[in-house]
Parts: sequence; C-alpha cells; structure tokens
Amino acid sequence: MASKILIADDEQNIVISLEFLMKREGFDVSIAQDGQEAVEKIRAEKPDLVLLDVMMPKKSGFEVCQEVKADPALQSVRILMLTAKGRDTEVAKGLALGADAYMTKPFSTRELVERVRSMLAEG
Amino acid sequence: MNARTRFAIAVVVLGLLMTGPFVLTAILVWLSAGPNEQQLLAQLIGPRLPLGTLMTVMGFAIGVAVVRNLFRQYVKGLLRMAEQQHLMLGANRGFRIEEKGPPEVRALARTANALAQQRDELLQDVEAQIARAKRSVEEEKNRLAALMAELTQSVVVCNLDGRILLYNSRARQQFRAMSDAPQVAGGGELIGLGRSIYAVFDRNLIAHALETIQHRLRRGGGQAVANFVTTGGAGQLLRVQMSPVLAGSAGDTGGGGVAGDEVERTMTGFILMLDNITRNFENESRRDQMLHTLTEGNRAALANVRAAAEMLEFPDLDEELRKRFRGVIRDEVQAMSERLDATATEFADALKARWPLEEMLGTDLVAAAQRRIEARLKVPTKLEEIDETLWVKVDSFSLLQALLYLASRLSDEFEVREVRFRLSGAGRLVHLDLIWSGQAMSTETVMSWELEAMSFAGESSPLSVRDVIERHGGEMWLEREKVRHRAFFRIVLPAANPQEQLDPSLFKKVEGRPEYYDFDLFKWSEKSRALDDRLLTELTYTVFDTETTGLNPSQGDEIIQIGATRVVNGKLLRQESFEQLVDPRRRLTPESIPIHGIQPEMLVGQPTIDKVLPAFHAFAADTVLIAHNAAFDMRFLQLKEKQTGLVFDQPVLDTLLLSAVLHPNQESHRLDAIAERLNLTIVGRHTALGDAIVTAEVFIKMIPLLAEKGIRTLREAREAAEKSYYARIKY
Repeated sequence: MASKILIADDEQNIVISLEFLMKREGFDVSIAQDGQEAVEKIRAEKPDLVLLDVMMPKKSGFEVCQEVKADPALQSVRILMLTAKGRDTEVAKGLALGADAYMTKPFSTRELVERVRSMLAEG
Repeated sequence: MNARTRFAIAVVVLGLLMTGPFVLTAILVWLSAGPNEQQLLAQLIGPRLPLGTLMTVMGFAIGVAVVRNLFRQYVKGLLRMAEQQHLMLGANRGFRIEEKGPPEVRALARTANALAQQRDELLQDVEAQIARAKRSVEEEKNRLAALMAELTQSVVVCNLDGRILLYNSRARQQFRAMSDAPQVAGGGELIGLGRSIYAVFDRNLIAHALETIQHRLRRGGGQAVANFVTTGGAGQLLRVQMSPVLAGSAGDTGGGGVAGDEVERTMTGFILMLDNITRNFENESRRDQMLHTLTEGNRAALANVRAAAEMLEFPDLDEELRKRFRGVIRDEVQAMSERLDATATEFADALKARWPLEEMLGTDLVAAAQRRIEARLKVPTKLEEIDETLWVKVDSFSLLQALLYLASRLSDEFEVREVRFRLSGAGRLVHLDLIWSGQAMSTETVMSWELEAMSFAGESSPLSVRDVIERHGGEMWLEREKVRHRAFFRIVLPAANPQEQLDPSLFKKVEGRPEYYDFDLFKWSEKSRALDDRLLTELTYTVFDTETTGLNPSQGDEIIQIGATRVVNGKLLRQESFEQLVDPRRRLTPESIPIHGIQPEMLVGQPTIDKVLPAFHAFAADTVLIAHNAAFDMRFLQLKEKQTGLVFDQPVLDTLLLSAVLHPNQESHRLDAIAERLNLTIVGRHTALGDAIVTAEVFIKMIPLLAEKGIRTLREAREAAEKSYYARIKY
C-alpha cells in the first residue's frame, strides 16, 4: 500500500512542486493550506508522514507538531519540518517539540525525497 | 608679690644691712665693757654720733638710689619687655622691642627680636606655601572642569548619597533631552550640583551597580566598573558606565606603591559616563532588520524557485505542469528582485561603509580645500555655485588629501593654473565638483590617478583616491564641458541631515568659569542631621523671584514670570538657573508694565502656570527656598496648590527678614538698599531671574554676618527672622 503523505504549507508555489514530487514517488498525497487544516487532516487521515511548514496562518508548524506529538493516537505520524528560518535555535526548537527531521529552505528536492524515503523506512 | 612690694622689702633689707652690724657691734661692745669703760665710750662716741648717723643716712640714700636704679633697669625693664613680647606674640606681629637699658637687657631684647624675625619669616613662608598649594589645587580643579567641559562624552560625578557634585555641559545637554519639560526647565530640574541622581535613574539600579563595584573592589585586580543600560525619560536609551571614586589613603603618598596597594581603599562616590545609544540602537536594529529581510525573507522564495526548477528537469512532465513550474519561477524571481530593490533603497543608509564619518557643513569642507590648495600648491582657487545649506558626511582628512592630490596632478601634469569648486545637492547625495579649464585627460589617466597611492607636495598616503571615495560610500568620475572648454571631477558624497546648531543661549549664560563642580559635596552626608540643624553654609537653596500682574493674588493677580537660581555650599550657580514667562490668562494692566517690563505680546504662546509650576517644583525639590519678601511670592505659589496639587512645603528663608535681623535700625530693607549696604553691584534687576540672582548674592553675603550674631543653622535663622518686626506684616 502506498504511504500517505500530507503537505502542510500555505505557499502555493512550493506546494505545486512538492505535490508533483511526492506523487511521482508513488505516494498518496493530500494538502493542507494552514495549521488548523493540517491538524484536522492529520487526525482524519493519519498520514505516515507530514511535510510541515513552520510559518503558516492560524497555527504555526511548531504548534501543529506539539499537538500531534501529544496525541498518543498519532504516534506513528512522522513529521518533517520545513522552514525558511535558518537559525540553529529554531532547528533545536523544532526537534525539541518532536519533529522527526528538519530541512531548511531552500533545499534540494532530491535530498528531500531521500529523507522522506528513509524516514518511512524507519517507521 | 608685685614689683612694688619687692622694692619696699629690698629697701628695708638695705637699711637693716647698713645699720644692723653697727648697732649689734655697739650693743655687744657696750655689754662686754665695765661701768668705767661704758662711761668712757659714751664720752668718746656721744659727741660724734650725729656724724655717724649722717654718714649712715647718706650711705643709705646712695644705697636706695642704686637699688632703685637697678630695679628700674632690670625688673621694670624686663617687665616692659615681657609686655612688648606679648604684643609681638599676638596683636601686632610686626612690633619690635626697643633696645634700651643695660647691656644685658639690650642683648635679651636683640635675641627676642631676632627670634620674632625668624618666626615671621617662617610664617610668611608657610603662608606662601599654603597660597601656592591652594593656587595649584585651584588650577587643577579648573583644568579638570575645562577638560570635562570639552569632553564629548557625558560625565556626572556623585557622592555616595547620589548627590551630583560634578557634571559637564554634554551631560547637561543629554539630561535636557531626557527632561519631560524641556522647554520650561531645560533639564535644569534633573541636573545640578547637589541634586539627586535618583531623579533620573532608578535607585535600585544605582545600588546594584554600586554593589557590583564594591564586590569587584574587594576581590581586587582588574577595573572595578559596572555597566548598565537604562531608559531615561522621553524614551531615550542610555548606556551607563559607573566607576568608583576612591578615597586617597593617607599612607600611600610616601610609602611607595606596595604599601599603598595593600591599604583597603574606600569608595567616596562614583563617576557615571553616559552614552545616549538610542540612535545607535535604532541603526543597529535597522541593520538587523535589513539582514533579516535579505536572508530569511528570501529563503522561502528561493525554495519555491529551486523546487520548481528541479521539477522542470524531470522528463516525464506534461506541458501543463511545465508551464506552471515556469510560471512559479518567473513570478518568484520577479518578486525577489522587487524585494531586493526595496530593501536596498530602504536601508541605503545602513548599507553605507562603517568608517567613522563626521557630519560637516559643505561650505566648510570647500573652504578647507581652497586654503590647502592655495597654501600647499600655490594654485589659485575660485568658487562657482555653492549650496550653502548642504551638509556632508565625510572623513575630512582623507577627503582633503584626495582633493589636494588631484589638484597637484592637474597642476603638475596638465599645467592647470586655476581650479574651481562647485557644490550642489541631488536628493540624498551631494556633488562636489573640482573644475579646471583646458584639455581633459584620457580615461586611462583618470584610472591611474584613482588607483595609485596618493603622494604630492612631500606628503604621501597608503590610500588611493578610490579608497577614499569608497570609504565614503561615494563615487567619482570625469565629465567634460565641451562648450566651455572645461572638465571636472565629480565626487559624489552622502548628504547628512543639517545639524541642529547648538543652542547659543546655553553658552551665553555661562560667563567666565562655569561652576560645574563642587567637590565639597563629597563631605556631605544626608542622613546625619535633619535639615533644621544643618549649617546655613552647607545647605542647598533655590533663590527665586516672581513677577506678577499685581499685588493681590486673592483678587485674581497672577504670576507672569518665575526666575530662580541655585546656591550650593555658599556658591551661586548662575548657569543652573530657571527663567520662564507665564501666560497669566488675563490682561496686563498698563500701570504694571513699567514695573516688570513685560509687554503683553511677550506672553503670547507661553505656557500657563499649571505647566510651569511642576517644572519649578522639580527645580526646587530638596532645597530651601529663599526670596526677598518671601511671604508675597509664597502666597502666589500657595494659592495654586489646589489647582496643581503641588505643595511647596520646604523651609523658606526671607532676605528681607534676615536683613531686619542684621540691621534692625536701618530704615530701608528694599533689595536695592540691602545690596548697596552689602557693597554689591547690581546688574539686570527687575527681571525675575535678575532679582533672584541679586537676592542670592545678598543672602551669601549675609551668611557670615548672621554667624557673627550666633545664627548658624537653618533653625536659628528661621527663629530669628520670625522674631523680627517685619515678620508681623501679613499678605
């Protein structure tokens, strides 16, 4: 069965690329436009992995991450945070709040795919 | 036993000595002789007895004369000399003993005179030394004050109670910026000798810094300083460095360094160096903001572009998607370009080089360049259009070098006989043109001039013209004016905002040496005594005067001017003054105008009393109020208490009453009369500040006169004044 991936980002211009990329890898892709929608979709769809942007309207990626990790029912959901903030302190915060991996924008799409694959394999 | 008794005794003893042996011998002879012999003796001596008696009386008279003479010369003479010596000892140091009498007495007088001479010389020497030492201390103090005044950094020195005992004019300006009522009090309510620094800084902040320093002092080694940043009034951000003022320990002057270091030194006060970093801070945060926009702000956009570009490389892309990815790239890159442009414009100032540039009036720069070129190169210069309002931000030394260097090469290589300057503004830039007539050089020549290290007229610099221009964040190029057969170098420099000219009134008030320090305040200790028992000489006073619309505050007369000055440690601080016109919100009566000299139009736009009184209240805080006929002025202040909520409850002294205490029999106690009596020359009377200053001078003269009458403390002065006749008059 194909792994389910949720892309949570409010920027259409990156979502197009990510959606294409993930579908091309054969994953089952759904999309959330803001933090609130992301939480709802995670609860409803229980994706295997979330590509989670930090800067989103309504709820930030940090909040979403915290909520998901606090819910025992969602233990199996892997989170890969994507952020436009390059500071070490923010990377540390994301990982501390339970993100499984962290990538700083701009990233190489090839590396992203590799990272997603390895995370799914671990899980 | 006095001299007279002793003389009498001496005479009696002389008489006994002259007659005693004879009488005794006669009695013994008489007793040992038989009756016949006795008769014979009587016959023999009897007729000759008068002769013997006569001889004895004569001898006695001569003896008395000799004794009297000796007595007069030695005893009386010495007594007189003793008195004269006493005179020399005290009342009349210049007096010398008259040398008369016998040689022994004269010798004694000579020695005493010599001793007195020696003493006088020593005393004079000591006095001269003291005067010299005083002078040098005074000179040092003045030098220090002058130095402080010139410092561009604000310095405030306080004693441990937080009382200000020294500040410089820069600090005054800074406090002015922090004042909540800058127009009215000019920061004078915040800074002033004897004022508390806690009016400006949080007491806990200072206490904490002091603790830090004391801790470091105890630990020893290194510099014991403390730093903190605090917000002053009006949103100012101040960086403060505190360093201790240590008591010079007595032992370490002669004992050498090692002994001196071991003595634990106590802190008697502290120095605050203030830096207003509001502007730096704004600059810094703007720079941060710019960096942030340029880095983080572009990350997301770059991610979008990169992802889209990488997608385009997949061969299995259908045309629709390909189009969309291209669209993403185009839109994002366009948006990034726009953002970059916007940032570059917005932060243009912050992007400029960090070389310390000073702001300078453009015409000053040109004038300096003219002087240099004419003096050093002997090339005449002229001015063309010069915009005199322009300010530039330059490193004037290197820029003048560059101008001189360019002119020298023009003169050497192109035989240019005259150069001209032109200065014009172009938005945020200033164009400085160096113009000459004649042929223009090739672009290669210009390049080589720009890039070679500058050397001319015996001066050389490691910098090139290009370095200098870059240092200014500027540009330079060659332009030709073909029609006029001229060419010019155009140097583009960053413009600076016209600087506020320093307020000349700040300097005008300070005549002679400013009293910006008073080290006697070190000796103050506030907690030791209540105000009432403090000596008049060591109190801080606010001496003030008001001009009013009339004499009856209860019938609606109002204050139209308040003037005040300060007296600290018996010194008048002229430049710590307060002067403010007040809009009385009522018409001035024509008959009052000659008295106060204030025309109605002078009061237009002045603050009203409810704005001025708070500033004056702060100015007078923690001081004793003094006014001439204080009851009158106080009445005006008291009638405003309800309206403003400000109570002037500090002790008040009245120079009129004090004058009545000093000279109860004089007819007039008007200020003029008192000033004349005390030998004061009066200038600038009948303005509130002028009268306040005269009142202050009068009061200072009164302090020693009061002390002669046993009035030394504030309490004594108040009680004496209350008893005087004039105190009974009521307003």
